[in-house]
Amino acid sequence: MPHLAAAYNLARWLTRYDQDAEDVVQEAFLRAYKFFGNFHGGDSRAWLLTIVRNTCYTWLRQNRAHELTEEFDETLHDVTRVDVNPETLLLHDAQQQLLRQALEALPVTFREVVIMRDLEGLSYKDIASVTDLPLGTVMSRLARARTRLQQYVTAHLHTEAERGL
Amino acid sequence: MDCDETQDLLHGYLDDELDVVSSRALTQHLQACPACMQAYEAQLTLRTALRTSALYCTPPPSLHKQVRAEVRRASRAETRPMWWTWGGLSVAVAMALVVLLVWGGGLEHRRAPVEAHVLQDVIAGHVRSLMANHLTDVFSGDQHTVKPWFEGHVDFAPPVPDLTAQGFPLVGGRLDYLDNRPVAALVYQRRQHVINLFVWPAPPGAARPASTVTHHGYNLVQWTTADMTYWAISTLNAQEMQTFAHGVQQHIAPL
Repeated sequence: MPHLAAAYNLARWLTRYDQDAEDVVQEAFLRAYKFFGNFHGGDSRAWLLTIVRNTCYTWLRQNRAHELTEEFDETLHDVTRVDVNPETLLLHDAQQQLLRQALEALPVTFREVVIMRDLEGLSYKDIASVTDLPLGTVMSRLARARTRLQQYVTAHLHTEAERGL
Repeated sequence: MDCDETQDLLHGYLDDELDVVSSRALTQHLQACPACMQAYEAQLTLRTALRTSALYCTPPPSLHKQVRAEVRRASRAETRPMWWTWGGLSVAVAMALVVLLVWGGGLEHRRAPVEAHVLQDVIAGHVRSLMANHLTDVFSGDQHTVKPWFEGHVDFAPPVPDLTAQGFPLVGGRLDYLDNRPVAALVYQRRQHVINLFVWPAPPGAARPASTVTHHGYNLVQWTTADMTYWAISTLNAQEMQTFAHGVQQHIAPL
């Protein structure tokens, strides 16, 4: 199956559970098969991911609607500037878990752009087409999401340092 | 460019998504502004952490089978009245699988010739790599470091020729984005010239011998083997570029 890994990775990050991701991927491939007639060439991975994403959103709406209305809390932190020392972000194994938590803590509409860009390597143009968002929104969501990830990781590392871990 | 603008464009810069003019302005600002440089470096570290992490979720091996079975079932349900006499694996199922396989990659070559646009992409990729100070993601002259790095970053295994003996030391590798897909960029050096060698999988039957192009002062050599497309670009003179291309070809198909 082409792009199964990409489909699963996105579904797993959007639904956050293995079994839910598997269900969504099966459903998405069925839809892809059914709508194959609508595929007019171009990047087949982006086309499939669009279907996976739509299937995820339908699934979330039916099962965990609150996750879709979660807002990006701007009041918690000032997201325009972060004072982060790059060295504190040199992640090793233990901190990978932290990065995972940080990603899962992002609202789904922000999480997905990071997954598509940094894990899947899609271009802004492809992300815009998969999410049906303007390019500028893709860029600004990425900026806010990554800044938040950085804050999350840094804050936890500082807490650990204070506890003497 | 001031700090606010820089913050706005920083992520486009990190992702090589800016136009050349903004990219250059941003590079200049970063060199002059330690605060923005620090923000940039922090983001670069985060991005590297994300990309090199084990955060990519791979599907369980069983899922592949399940999905295929589902698609088969669906195609059978749709087509039974017509095809049931074929029994077992119906023609419709075979067709469904062919459709999925074709869709996997074969469709690329149905598109109109994209040479001109690929050429532009290759030049843009080369220029970006030099201007955005983003020449390599993996900085190593050792092919045994660079080659495994790509395994985690692209869905194919680009050959990484060692051309030190021919006078083209390897500098490193980088992930780039050309022709609407992620590609491997290998970086070599000859005196002060940087050579980018872009490699990505070719559709079946696309093989063609090397051709050279000169465009905007860049010398490019392009060829396609049975499985990969290669584009080499540099400001190096045409003759040395051909020596380089020849070295690469000998490495991938030793005579």
